[in-house]
Amino acid sequence: MIAVEKTTQSLDVRYVADLARLEIAPEALERLQRDMESIVGYIAELSELDVTGVEPTAHAVPLANVWREDVAGTPLGREAMLANAPAVLHGEFIKVPQVLPGEGMN
Amino acid sequence: MSMTDFTIHHLAGQLDRGELSAVELAEECLRRVADRDGEIGAFLAVDADHVRTAAAESDARRAAGKARSPYDGIPIGIKDCIATAGERCSCAPRLLETVVSPYDSTAVARLRAAGFIPFGRLNMDEFAMGSSCENSAFRKTANPHDLSRVPGGSSGGSAAAVAAGLVPAALGSDTGGSIRQPAAFCGITGLKPTYGRVSRYGLVAFASSLDQIGPMTQDTQDAAILLDVLAGRDPLDSTSLPAASGGFADAVSRAGKDLKGVRIGLPREYFGAEGLSPAVAKVVHDAVERVRALGAETVEVSLPHTRYAVAVYYIIATAEASANLARFDGIRYGARVEAPDLVETYFKTRGAGFGDEVKRRILLGTYVLSSGYYDAYYLRAQKVRTLIRRDFEEAAKLCDVMLTPVTPTVAFKFQEKSDPLQMYLSDIFTIALNLSGNCGISIPAGTDPETGMPIGVQFLAPALEEARLLRTARIFEANR
Repeated sequence: MIAVEKTTQSLDVRYVADLARLEIAPEALERLQRDMESIVGYIAELSELDVTGVEPTAHAVPLANVWREDVAGTPLGREAMLANAPAVLHGEFIKVPQVLPGEGMN
Repeated sequence: MSMTDFTIHHLAGQLDRGELSAVELAEECLRRVADRDGEIGAFLAVDADHVRTAAAESDARRAAGKARSPYDGIPIGIKDCIATAGERCSCAPRLLETVVSPYDSTAVARLRAAGFIPFGRLNMDEFAMGSSCENSAFRKTANPHDLSRVPGGSSGGSAAAVAAGLVPAALGSDTGGSIRQPAAFCGITGLKPTYGRVSRYGLVAFASSLDQIGPMTQDTQDAAILLDVLAGRDPLDSTSLPAASGGFADAVSRAGKDLKGVRIGLPREYFGAEGLSPAVAKVVHDAVERVRALGAETVEVSLPHTRYAVAVYYIIATAEASANLARFDGIRYGARVEAPDLVETYFKTRGAGFGDEVKRRILLGTYVLSSGYYDAYYLRAQKVRTLIRRDFEEAAKLCDVMLTPVTPTVAFKFQEKSDPLQMYLSDIFTIALNLSGNCGISIPAGTDPETGMPIGVQFLAPALEEARLLRTARIFEANR
């Protein structure tokens, strides 16, 4: 069972935003915290239901292991695949920002 | 040229008899957009060159006796989250403003294979998250019946475009009511097919276990015509169903005149719901009287877990969305906000690229999946989803279809609902259907005497029973 009080108190929007890699403007933080507490307070009403022995539904259609035929197709060309990338290197690679902190490299 | 009847089935007859060419029809749609869309705001973009080229090709095919179907040359508006090759596919946030789709979604490919012309990109709530179209980063879409009111959402552009007669029909997508609610608000027909009926390939994913593409049209006949084209197993979507499909338009044209022998369930929880406005309640009660007069037997049924549906939905949909939207990180598509390192790039790009509602839902989804809360929220919501599915299975033993309200109220005014939770609660009549995976249709049923706004009713049927659903809706529609 969830105690609603405890749950919403432990909801820290800043921490969740870090998990989601989402920058939140400082002036929006308070409002988002309030919105989230109100929403989480509402969804916590599920705790009143007894779900002992109930199987979870992950999907509306019980399909599993759908295989395609092992036939070669024609994929999109490299140019088309890279056309929407914000930065491309030598027309072949997606250019990404430096991954590890430290000296710049090129 | 006067085109008062702008339905697909009527236009198909005119094209067939040579009273109308595809080029004339395309020019008419382009003219209507130019004349009226400034005040309505349904379209984010229309590539007139694409439309004109496709229309000329259609006329050439027809002249050579090689029309792809009776509908060859009819334009269909496309919601901005459904990919059309060579056109923008942004889903309405800033982040993806510049993205051009390199391929067709299966839905659009199937439309083209039948000769339909994909027409423009229709406005929507960002990533299909919203019930008013107010969460678009690009433009406000107004309800054609009253420009001070919202068209509904998230497929608000699609509903407004069809209601204003800019295009004969449009595609929308429905994750929690995003086809049916705007259809009701704008006075048109909106069909959410059974989950898996229509391939999701090329539909930008919001909540993968709930999303479904469907037609938004002027009547049930057109909805059936489009479902015939759209439905079917697709190797590119492993969740598309291998069920037999087609014959929906036939089922509608042979619908008959009455509902004798049809048992129509009235879910108690929907009729007694808190917040159901008197105007909507009256139209739904009149609809019940009408189906009885048409010979249907009505039975009260119960969907006892209805009151938990909104909570279950906002846990499951946001959890799936937080995972699906992780890919929008400024690396592979769209805009990137440059930062000194990779992680900082993620933070800044996503912070600048998403609107408030999308951020709220990513946060909520991340929270319910996070360590320590997964069992209490996400897993529990999946279990309650099972209970909601069972409710529908039990009700189906007592009736053939169900009849319910679509929305608690008529279309509201801009900025009238500023509290996110209040906005979520207005989805109460539509979201359980997505959790169950079954099919449903919203069709116009009346008008609010006070505001003059349209009011819809919803028919719901078990999975894969679209023929039964459409037939019932057709008979109701023919007698309204």
